[in-house]
Amino acid sequence: MNTASQEVDQKQAVTALRRKDLLGIAELSPEEIELILDTAEAMKEVGTRPIKKVPALRGKTVINLFFEPSTRTRTSFEIAEKRLSADTLNIAIGTSSVVKGETLADTALNLEAMSPDMIVLRHASSGACHLLSRICRSAIINAGDGMHEHPTQALLDAFTIRERKKRLARLKVAIVGDLLHSRVLRSNIHLLTKLGADVWVCGPPTLIPTDIRRFGVNATSVVEDAVRDADVIMLLRIQLERMEGAYFPSLREYFRVFGMTEARIRLAKSDVMIMHPGPMNRGVEIASEVADGPYSVILDQVANGVAVRMAVLYLLAGGAEHEEAA
Amino acid sequence: MPVVMDADRIGRTLTRIAHEIVERNKGTDDIALVGVRTRGVPIARRLARTLREITGQEIPTGSLDITLYRDDLMRHAVGPQPLVRKTDIQFSIDNRKILLVDDVLYTGRTTRAALDALIDYGRPKAIQLIVLVDRGHRELPIKADYVGKNLPTSPEESVQVRLTETDGEDEVVLETGGAA
Repeated sequence: MNTASQEVDQKQAVTALRRKDLLGIAELSPEEIELILDTAEAMKEVGTRPIKKVPALRGKTVINLFFEPSTRTRTSFEIAEKRLSADTLNIAIGTSSVVKGETLADTALNLEAMSPDMIVLRHASSGACHLLSRICRSAIINAGDGMHEHPTQALLDAFTIRERKKRLARLKVAIVGDLLHSRVLRSNIHLLTKLGADVWVCGPPTLIPTDIRRFGVNATSVVEDAVRDADVIMLLRIQLERMEGAYFPSLREYFRVFGMTEARIRLAKSDVMIMHPGPMNRGVEIASEVADGPYSVILDQVANGVAVRMAVLYLLAGGAEHEEAA
Repeated sequence: MPVVMDADRIGRTLTRIAHEIVERNKGTDDIALVGVRTRGVPIARRLARTLREITGQEIPTGSLDITLYRDDLMRHAVGPQPLVRKTDIQFSIDNRKILLVDDVLYTGRTTRAALDALIDYGRPKAIQLIVLVDRGHRELPIKADYVGKNLPTSPEESVQVRLTETDGEDEVVLETGGAA
């Protein structure tokens, strides 16, 4: 036991997350991202055991507070928490518009009174997690806030890419879809550029944020340019619920111009990976034969989500290191 | 800082332990080696090599990371979490005799965690403990079955095992108190 801690001390490399919350990828260093991905590799092995549970978070209470509908993310967090032996409870609040501002703060403070250790928050308002992080003593994990960030999705995407390609640096990653409303895109741009990938984003001009190039990515509305020689093609959902404006003429036209078809993926590298954060609109952003085809790693992404969330929960459970840093 | 075991001594000791393993288990049928990360792993691999030379049999060998089973996780008010690395056991431990390998036996807490971790992988026929150095000061009722060297120490001292695979050289050093 003493040898293990001495070894950690010797390395100047980042061996711990010295922060209270995970609010976004923007504030993480490349070394912290690598630490989460490395830890997730060890966590993935736990899921292959006959007994898929380790005692690491025994006695910790985690609240999953979801103000937006979610199947994948909420289930994934809950499985991750249970595999680490934490006590979990789920609070799902419908998509009513009353949950804003003061109400969110009040909900959080009432939950805090019951002394949870961590709160996993999904909320329709960008910045909801930052608000909670300021008023809560518990660790806050962002499970998607408005159009801002969805850090664990970007981490599981990176983990899935790294598992196949062994690296992220210098890979051409094309991200195609609704760039305007996507928190998955924002988190992925931060993460992929921090780790040195060559990121191309593509969508209808009406769905490309005007300042997107400021983040160090190439932006285009010509899907062929984006996917040509790509190592990874990541599709983003056309968010039908946010399409009240006239962003493009019809879903059929979107598919014809941007939909990922077998013909289009032939422009990419022969070992291209096709990714989608889900839920998919088949026949809109992705053709069914691509979604179910040999290049698709969409279900690997879901499987890896549990390991990545275990890593985040474990690493944050240590808490922020205060002034006592050596 | 006195060197208590040099490379030759470590080599001879591991050869002796390998022979003890064969003698005590009447061969190496049903045996597997599991090294506790970090330095138990190269020691387990070396023992597997020596056992193959002695018996001609290939011994399944794995590595175990006990971090998630530590009894001091979450006991500190706040503090960074220790680094977790991958456990790699590619064989079933059910009904096998598992030889658990670690570099230093001290309080026994690492071994306790390793036993808990192993049991989550199945139900071995038996678990035997191999350590290169037993430095005393047990805090739990745990005893090694094979000991490379019994080394009386004071709690202020620290025993450093260095191995070629992890540290570039083979030696065991006793460091006196005060050193970080």
